[in-house]
Amino acid sequence: MSVSRRTLLGGLGGLVLAVQMPPRRARATGTIVEDVTTPFSPNAFIRIDERGVVTFIMRNVEMGQGIYTGATLLMAEELDLDPETVQLEAAPPDVAYVDKDMGTQATGGSTSTMGEWVLLRKAAATARVLLVQAAATRWGVDPAACRTEAGVIHHDASGRAVGYGEVAAEAGRLPVPPDVSLRPPSAFRLIGRSHHRLDSPAKVHATAQFGIDARVDGMKFATVAACPVMGGTLVHVNEGAARAVSGVVDILRLPNAVCVVGSTTWAAQMGLKAAAPEWNAGENAHVDTALVYRQLHDGAAQPERGIVAQEKGDAHAAVAGAHRQYAATYQQPLLAHATMEPVNCTVHVTPDRCDIWVGTQVPLRARDSAARITGLAADQVHLHNMYIGGGFGRRLEHEYVEQAVQFARQVPYPLKIVWSREEDITLDRFRPAYVDQIAAGLSSHGNIVGVTHRIVGPAVVARWAPEGLMPNGMDGDLLAAAADVPYDFRASYLDFVRRETPGVVTAWWRGVGGTRGLFVMESFIDELAAVAGRDPIEFRRHHLKNDARAIGVLDLASDKANWSQPMPKGSGRGVAVQFLFGSYLATIMDVKVDDDGSVRVLRAVVAVDCGRLVNPDQVRSQIEGGLMFGIGAALFNEITLDHGRVQQRNFNRYRVLRMNEAPVIEVHLVESDADPGGIGETGTAAAAPALANALAAATGRRYRRLPLLGKQELDV
Amino acid sequence: MRGWFARLASTLFVLSLLVAKAHGADTSSQIARGEYLARASDCEVCHTAPGGTPFAGGRPFKLPGIGTIYSTNLTPDRATGVGDYTDAQFARAVRRGVGRGWKHLYPVMPYTSYAYLSADDTAAIFAWLKTLRPVTATIPANDVGFPYNIRAAMIGWNLLYRPSAGRRDDPSRSAAWNQGRWLVEGPGHCAECHTPRNMLYAKSSSQPYAGGQAEEWDAYNISSDPESGIGGWSDESLFAYLHTGHADGHGTASGPMADVISHGVRYMTDEDVHAMITYLRTLPQQRTNVITDRVSPERLARIGTPTEGNGARLFAGACAGCHLTDGTGRQVPYATLWGARTVGLPGGRNLVQVILHGSALETSMGRIAMPQVGDEYSDRDIADIANYVIGHFGNRAGTVTPQAVQAALANGD
Amino acid sequence: MYDIQINGDVHSVDVPGDTPLLWVLRDVLGMTGTKFGCGIAQCGVCTVHLDGQPVRSCSLPVAAIGTHPVTTIEGIGSDALGQAVQKAWIDLDVVQCGYCQPGQIMSAVALLKTNPHPEDSDIDMAMSGNICRCGTYQRIRAAIRSAAGA
Repeated sequence: MSVSRRTLLGGLGGLVLAVQMPPRRARATGTIVEDVTTPFSPNAFIRIDERGVVTFIMRNVEMGQGIYTGATLLMAEELDLDPETVQLEAAPPDVAYVDKDMGTQATGGSTSTMGEWVLLRKAAATARVLLVQAAATRWGVDPAACRTEAGVIHHDASGRAVGYGEVAAEAGRLPVPPDVSLRPPSAFRLIGRSHHRLDSPAKVHATAQFGIDARVDGMKFATVAACPVMGGTLVHVNEGAARAVSGVVDILRLPNAVCVVGSTTWAAQMGLKAAAPEWNAGENAHVDTALVYRQLHDGAAQPERGIVAQEKGDAHAAVAGAHRQYAATYQQPLLAHATMEPVNCTVHVTPDRCDIWVGTQVPLRARDSAARITGLAADQVHLHNMYIGGGFGRRLEHEYVEQAVQFARQVPYPLKIVWSREEDITLDRFRPAYVDQIAAGLSSHGNIVGVTHRIVGPAVVARWAPEGLMPNGMDGDLLAAAADVPYDFRASYLDFVRRETPGVVTAWWRGVGGTRGLFVMESFIDELAAVAGRDPIEFRRHHLKNDARAIGVLDLASDKANWSQPMPKGSGRGVAVQFLFGSYLATIMDVKVDDDGSVRVLRAVVAVDCGRLVNPDQVRSQIEGGLMFGIGAALFNEITLDHGRVQQRNFNRYRVLRMNEAPVIEVHLVESDADPGGIGETGTAAAAPALANALAAATGRRYRRLPLLGKQELDV
Repeated sequence: MRGWFARLASTLFVLSLLVAKAHGADTSSQIARGEYLARASDCEVCHTAPGGTPFAGGRPFKLPGIGTIYSTNLTPDRATGVGDYTDAQFARAVRRGVGRGWKHLYPVMPYTSYAYLSADDTAAIFAWLKTLRPVTATIPANDVGFPYNIRAAMIGWNLLYRPSAGRRDDPSRSAAWNQGRWLVEGPGHCAECHTPRNMLYAKSSSQPYAGGQAEEWDAYNISSDPESGIGGWSDESLFAYLHTGHADGHGTASGPMADVISHGVRYMTDEDVHAMITYLRTLPQQRTNVITDRVSPERLARIGTPTEGNGARLFAGACAGCHLTDGTGRQVPYATLWGARTVGLPGGRNLVQVILHGSALETSMGRIAMPQVGDEYSDRDIADIANYVIGHFGNRAGTVTPQAVQAALANGD
Repeated sequence: MYDIQINGDVHSVDVPGDTPLLWVLRDVLGMTGTKFGCGIAQCGVCTVHLDGQPVRSCSLPVAAIGTHPVTTIEGIGSDALGQAVQKAWIDLDVVQCGYCQPGQIMSAVALLKTNPHPEDSDIDMAMSGNICRCGTYQRIRAAIRSAAGA
């Protein structure tokens, strides 16, 4: 019986976007292929046709993290394939691709490699067993006497060989074995060896199809403006002026937004400008940045306990009774994602079908929302997931898909909506602002005897996945680098005072809880070391749990960065150590503060133990990029509000790290046979604390407020 | 038939402009002429609030030591605009600075220049304004201190400074010169910004066109002095600058001058622009201490691009996308920096303004804009960028301080 | 109607003169390799060559092009230098999300055309108008050095 994916995936299917990777790095293009019936499709991740074309279905979307390559290596390893010969296809929305950790079909939280490590190898190993069995049955030989290589099954004793495609139909009729054994690491040919990214050629030749590149027959181009104050409504549109603009086709309305459709995006943009929408700002018109911070600092000052997230020993008593007490308050701003590819979505709604072309980290949610809005059944909604031009958490939201569907259902033609950069930043969903209050007691030897810590801020998970909120109301994401630390504090207390941010929607942002938590924890540890008069690395090593991997990365980084060598005057070196997303990092950053006060980040040395390396060079690449992303945000970025409106509108007011501001980054990888940890967000988490500590070393003052180049007074 | 008539009408229209006569003109040509004069008089620039409806007023003018004055609504709204004005009332406001109810206008409204307009001229402008869509726009009350809050004080001011009204041609000069003088001194009201003002906010009679102020911006010396003024510019350069907002070797108009060109001068006929040049050429030389020499692209190429220094680094990131690291500009000629006075003045007042607040110019190719940098960079960073630009593209030692940037930011809000 | 020469072919496009080249390429001609990022020449993802010079197509009105030839990412591989740069990009695995890379490559080729052996500081200055949010700057630097040595 040949298994069609339509059956396999529970009656779903339809159009799927195939990002084809023809053999030998020819130019690859994104193409759209019709649903296919494939003779051999043992699970949701692999298809092999009679010609031997192997297609891997990618449940994690590619947004730069290299998962298409990593996932392919995992499957090609067990299937004995040359990764270059495999075709890759973005998974359609389907429960078959739900990530158990994320609770939906989602790419995020640095879980891609962790989640796929066993799952995909098993999927491929299963396929291999079936293919070999089919060949062995045909030849009447023992499957154990067969071997596979580069997509061909060999029976060396008889000199016979057959390609996967030739036995695909027979393999498809065999029962799927309940369990298969995986190849031992000693036999890995691909895993652990750096492999070029499979998406590189298409991206370098610009044939890769991002969401914004979708082109559909009859499509028209549109841009939108939504009320710049959350909760506000559209009052008036100068429709006559907008229609007078050459190329303007339609003006569509929602209660809180207007969409101008044109023959080009430019016509739409000019039309929107002429439309000069007027808004009723609504109840958030009074919100400004000062209010946001005031609410957080009020929460920090409240005498009542918050949601107690961790209580080990009597930390308050330990701190109070210590030889020396030390406390600090840290403040972090709202942040935008500002992905290079602005928010966009292309939708075509017909009476019995809705097609969506978009890059999304949450395809299932997007599909279900579209079904709800259009009144169509879920299987009438066809979502084509495209390459994502930067996610960083932005595409874990899908409100822009909902907006696009609401506009598109008003017109018969396919509607391509591209947000302006101004819309992309001002209508972003933001990384929350936080205030952390943390105190410690030090013994007479300068050792930590207890830590009390309060986090004040929103619970993002309560909106994004309410069922993920812990029974006591804690947002588990906030435990990262706060309760979950590699240190042994003897006594520790953590509580959370929940304060939702007025006037904006808060969301996930690269590094999530780890990024916010590590800035506080590693800055504070650094301050404690200074107070105790001890070397920051020695102090950390002393307090690390008896954890060889943590100590290992700290020593490696210290060694590679020449930690013990003194820095010249005006320069400083800072360190941060972390255990986040299942990976250990130690980061040492060198900065120089010029006489005129300008700050230069010179170098970052990172030691990484992320367990088994799947594609080592891509681990390096993610650390490099994650750090750059974090450095820019730590130095420059703060979203501010005035009368409920976001004041940063484009890159002229939301500064991004540029090449002549980028440090040299050295990444040193530790060989390990532990299961792989996540890596895509770890560098981002490391950036702010390592930088803040380096600046403190250079200037002699502490940095407790982000961004580091902004004013340092807290908004108490 | 219709085409022939249109050609004839437009020919007549241009002729009527050249000789500034409109006797017996029919209504449509009166309206067309009114629009032209409104453009030449730059009404829109001042009578439009930032981001507001054109001509609906509400733009604030901060006058140092005096207070804040808001422009009025020129749309024909009866309650808040000029809908209920008579021709005579409108003419009195424009030409004599006396509003309805004999309220004396403040001299931000350049009625001392508009006094050169005839009653027919103001009637034409008014006829055109009445064709606009009425907009109800309540203008904030002026916020001025003593003694300026006493409008009657303007009567005395007017006795002191208001020139005699009307156009009086000088028969010893060419028709073009006379037309140019009328345009420059009258509707164009160039002197309002380009002539320094005295303590009482009146234009200096001793230093005409030696450079003045336009809000937070410097208005440059446009006398015929070859170094301080425009004496060294070719006719072609002056024409290009006035007509398009840019002249190679002299940079691009920015700030208030960009507004003047965007909403006014670029709509004027070639003949009228040439006439203005003819007149400007004859302005007496005013040597001010502002002397700039022009830095050529060849020199910039020779000295190469500095790679060190905070200002150079920031410029390469935030500015070179349009200006290129060597300042020769890319995309459009408007992005070239070489030769611009704004980059050649050590104090960098306009340079800081344009970096902080941006600038936009309407052109035949659409809107050419420089985005504001605002407060995204520190005062020190802005000063470093400005001093780098002055040093590299102006061959001068810039003297911009973070304090000056802070002051410019504070005033701009 | 404007006749524009792009990658050696002349295209006639019927758009208002203020339409930026970016939208002519992407929306009218379907050449989507050139990306939209900011619309105000601050990010560089829309970089193309006009007469061999790198320009931001989001801020280049089609009326300003005239007869000057345009080269886009789709045509940059037609000469040895473009090929060398693209090969270096692949060899060094520069890309991550890849969205900014067409613009980066266009800027890099333009740099190497005028300065075949740039110092790191020259690379930094020439490339700092091109933003990469994934932070691939270190590899871009290395790839340009590699292409320069090729």
